[in-house]
Amino acid sequence: MAALVIAEHDNVTLNDATRAAVTAAIQIGGEVHVLVGGENCASVVQQAAKLTGVSKVLHADAPVLNRKLAEAMETVVLSVADGYQALLTPATASGKNFMPRIAARLDVMQISDITAVESADVFVRPIYAGNAMMTVKSSDAKKVITVRPTTFAKTGDEGAAGIETIDVPAPAVAARFVSEELSRSDRPELASAKIVISGGRGMGNSENFALLERVADKLNAAVGASRAAVDAGFAPNDYQVGQTGKVVAPELYIAVGISGAIQHLAGMKDSRIIVAINKDADAPIFSVADYGLVTDLFQAIPEFETELDKIGY
Amino acid sequence: MKILVPVKRAVDYNVKVRVRPDQTGVDLVNVKMSMNPFCEIAVEEAIRLKEKGAASEIVVVSIGPAQAQETIRTALAMGADRGVHVTADVTVEPLAVAKILKGVAEAESPELIILGKQAIDDDSNATGQMLAALMGLPQATFASAIEKTEAGVNVTREIDGGLQTLSMPTPAIITTDLRLNEPRYASLPNIMKAKRKPIDARTPDEFGVDITPRLDVLKVTAPPKRDAGVKVDSVADLVGRLKNEAGVL
Repeated sequence: MAALVIAEHDNVTLNDATRAAVTAAIQIGGEVHVLVGGENCASVVQQAAKLTGVSKVLHADAPVLNRKLAEAMETVVLSVADGYQALLTPATASGKNFMPRIAARLDVMQISDITAVESADVFVRPIYAGNAMMTVKSSDAKKVITVRPTTFAKTGDEGAAGIETIDVPAPAVAARFVSEELSRSDRPELASAKIVISGGRGMGNSENFALLERVADKLNAAVGASRAAVDAGFAPNDYQVGQTGKVVAPELYIAVGISGAIQHLAGMKDSRIIVAINKDADAPIFSVADYGLVTDLFQAIPEFETELDKIGY
Repeated sequence: MKILVPVKRAVDYNVKVRVRPDQTGVDLVNVKMSMNPFCEIAVEEAIRLKEKGAASEIVVVSIGPAQAQETIRTALAMGADRGVHVTADVTVEPLAVAKILKGVAEAESPELIILGKQAIDDDSNATGQMLAALMGLPQATFASAIEKTEAGVNVTREIDGGLQTLSMPTPAIITTDLRLNEPRYASLPNIMKAKRKPIDARTPDEFGVDITPRLDVLKVTAPPKRDAGVKVDSVADLVGRLKNEAGVL
């Protein structure tokens, strides 16, 4: 039997989160195929065919798949689902959107946001904002799984998979795309950046976020925020790191003026190195920080910039 | 327009749960329970649509033990019109919840079903999407703005990297994100009034739904603990350690 990974992409570039889902699929066992559904997405298909461990790429190309609307994805995935024991996709906003539809149509209970594969039918997933880890055994014949991208290694580019073009059944899609407003930034994407610098309520206002952005530009880092900072209007919604925002696990996470509510910790505690800068020595963020600096951030951040200059940034 | 709002009784947002020593689950004895925050946002949004004249009736449904009635009363006190309580004394997985909700929706024929995007206990983020698929309806998940139009709804959704707006005819399913609105507190007179609003009692069997879980919970464990590291004295010390000790700069 084989597993099918539904690729995350923007019709041009394969999103790295897909690589983590492929790794999870390899751990389940059997052949791993990748489905690339989109419009004019041939370049993504080429990238997917090189993924290590993938033996076949299914290419579904149609205008209706352009925005990967949930109803359209449901139809195309169901049209090929028969031959697979497991269907996986990364737990990104897009994957979370369409995958449960597929599970429901197959009469399968989805296993959301897995962090480990124990066997072909036993998986670990976080519950209660990651304050508990649940190991579950699925009794469904087919497994429908979303994969937390930060906890699986990203498969490499040593593969040479065959490519098969599949027909896209005409789905009845009632939802219509109107518009998209994406924050344009030259900085790396929050979910995949090697370094993330996040600000909290302690930043005081949105102008002060510019302090973090200057450091981020030096380090080629992404900028994140706590829920408190987003709620206060200091940063856009898609900056939010935490239980209900993005889950990140960079090499280096710098938390600035963030107290460290459990919901925030849920989104960043798997980072390799955590730095906390906060003037409150009792802030819970220090309990997970590898390096803590108790000081006023408005002094520390400009100084941090200067110190980075000194070591050649 | 009738709006159906499914709500879940869950552990309160401010509670830090602990795993039971026997690894069978988390300890919920004497722990404060509340309406799941995303469900509260869903109730609030339905009420705002009603206040704008876009909706005529709000029906709240909850699946769970007897105490789920308190959660329904909370929604009624906020401004919903009546409740449906489907009694279930065991954990009901999102797939079975979606099947029961389909039964409720078929009986109620709402034009809009608004749900929270995820419950903060099991964090599955699946029920709304599953319900949409089972009913063959369009969906707009992770909503940050909802606008009723002549023919249906326009919904702005939070996606990775920004916002996306979709337009769809009703009936449709919407799941709420954090910043759709700020839920109101119920006033004392409304809490009193809510006591007289009707709650219809049902069972999963009446909808022909088997709630036997598909996922067998083998164990629930505490996450790997991360120990606190060191406090550094200065920014220079910090940058030095990040470069030489941690190797991340």
